[in-house]
Amino acid sequence: MPLPGGHADLTALRDAIASGATSAEQACAATFAGIKAHGAALNAFHETFEEDALARARAVDADRAAGKPLPPLAGVTLAVKDNICTVRGRTTCSSRMLGNYRSPFDATAVERLERAGAVVVGKTNLDEFAMGSSGEHCRWGRVANPWDTGRVPGGSSAGSAAAVAAGLCAAAIGSDTGGSIRQPAAFCGIVGLKPTYGRVSRWGLVAFGSSLDQIGPMTRSVRDAALLLDCMSGTDDRDSTVADRPPTALAATVERPLERLRVGMPRQYVSDANDPEVNEAVAACADAYRAMGATIVDVDLPLTDAGISTYYVIAPAEASSNLARYDGIRYGHRAAMRPGDDLAALYARSRAEGFGPEVQRRIMLGTYMLSSGYYDAFYTRALRARRRIKEEFDRAFAACDVLLGPTAPTPAFAFGANDDPLAMYMCDVYTVNTNIAGICGLSLPAGFAMRGGKALPVGVQLQANAFEEERLLRAARMLERAVAARTSAHAPAVHA
Amino acid sequence: MAHDANAPSLTAAQVAHVARLAKLELAPEAVERFRPQLAAVLGHIARLDSLDLAGAEPMAHPFESHNRLADDVPVEGLPIEAILMNAPAVEGRFLAVPKVLAEES
Repeated sequence: MPLPGGHADLTALRDAIASGATSAEQACAATFAGIKAHGAALNAFHETFEEDALARARAVDADRAAGKPLPPLAGVTLAVKDNICTVRGRTTCSSRMLGNYRSPFDATAVERLERAGAVVVGKTNLDEFAMGSSGEHCRWGRVANPWDTGRVPGGSSAGSAAAVAAGLCAAAIGSDTGGSIRQPAAFCGIVGLKPTYGRVSRWGLVAFGSSLDQIGPMTRSVRDAALLLDCMSGTDDRDSTVADRPPTALAATVERPLERLRVGMPRQYVSDANDPEVNEAVAACADAYRAMGATIVDVDLPLTDAGISTYYVIAPAEASSNLARYDGIRYGHRAAMRPGDDLAALYARSRAEGFGPEVQRRIMLGTYMLSSGYYDAFYTRALRARRRIKEEFDRAFAACDVLLGPTAPTPAFAFGANDDPLAMYMCDVYTVNTNIAGICGLSLPAGFAMRGGKALPVGVQLQANAFEEERLLRAARMLERAVAARTSAHAPAVHA
Repeated sequence: MAHDANAPSLTAAQVAHVARLAKLELAPEAVERFRPQLAAVLGHIARLDSLDLAGAEPMAHPFESHNRLADDVPVEGLPIEAILMNAPAVEGRFLAVPKVLAEES
């Protein structure tokens, strides 16, 4: 189903604005009409910036009328996950802790996308501090899946995924620490790209797991993901962990199929634990690649299962350190003082009141594993496993160009179905290793599963080695084209 | 040591201790709620014990990054007003905090 106005994706909208077939103001007004009609049903947005966005859209139209050259994203509507700092509005991380937080600066990614002409329409809902795989752990209510509002959209970039799938914006950005872009993209039937660690500056992304976090695009097409990454990647003096590389130029090559492509299929990725439709979608994609002349390579990744154990040491350890900054003193929630309170009591009560249960769980896990006597047994051991996981990928990518497998073991599940924290963590079994190794991964729609008479999207994941986004996106574009008949059979129940 | 963490043996006292280290004020009911959840996750993580990791160097970061030095050129910081705008309590140009030192008797 196209965006309001009939545009297939962000690139098509951009072209229509540039050619004068539509105005940026018209596209922006249609976006807000969609948000007003469907926003409440999905709870995808924390905050929207209608007046401001319309003013920016009019400025694009004025530039065009004056014959000025338009930047690559001129006038397209973009949503920003609410753990990415914007001067406009608040940056809450869906947490009481930052309920009134106003960032004094824009994230580098936001600054670059706006400079490229994107019109930010609002901030999207997420699992608190990006910790969650369902969009249920949100301070101001859960997010619903546009395909079936009784089901989760996935998480943590829940609102960004739901908004893009429902056509409430042309594209969005999210963040991915263990699958938080790719898994909700799979559940909502859109494209989600986790770039290589260091591809996009983390300046202005509220830190969760600093060695794992990346900002990335969530889009209606592979070419849109290429275009957005081109506009936000590249080195940045404000992030010492960003790669010293120029911005990508993927939009120029994404339509060109790869010749002699070798697609690796890790045998651990197709498991009886997956829903049958998930395995079927992966098999159909392998067939599609074969039909295009690609070679399918059998790959062994025995550490796939160890990823969750490794991840749930490293991510909570880094989170417990990063979230130590929230003490109720300089910014964030401060509890009311009681007689006899000292500073330590104030910290502990402010944090207990400010953080929700999932965030507290992860802080405690991390604190435990980093505490005296446990550090080597947990943290150092997990870092050793991380090395082995990285080596395993390096061996795999010596024999193939991309890896193909499921994004998640199941399609979107019902609200409350994974209330047990460990069960929820297992949703990320196919995505966490991408972050652990720092490589790139992308989820794209590949089919459907019928549940209760409703069609739910099924996504597949492609992974490529570090800084191989060009290969990843070209391979993804080939597949997107080849499975189009499978993925266009149904439309979301909620759509603008 | 990891065996010590192996699931069911996590006690309420251990959870309360970790909460103190993490600076989280937890009611006894919250400790009881978290105890089995944390134990289950730690039990799962204990699977790392079965991996042969001999000779694997710990990898803290995806890329071996070294100290990255910026040019020694002063840049403008954020203005004080921008910093104070998010502070829960302010006195003039300062952050207001509770008394840190006990009063002398």
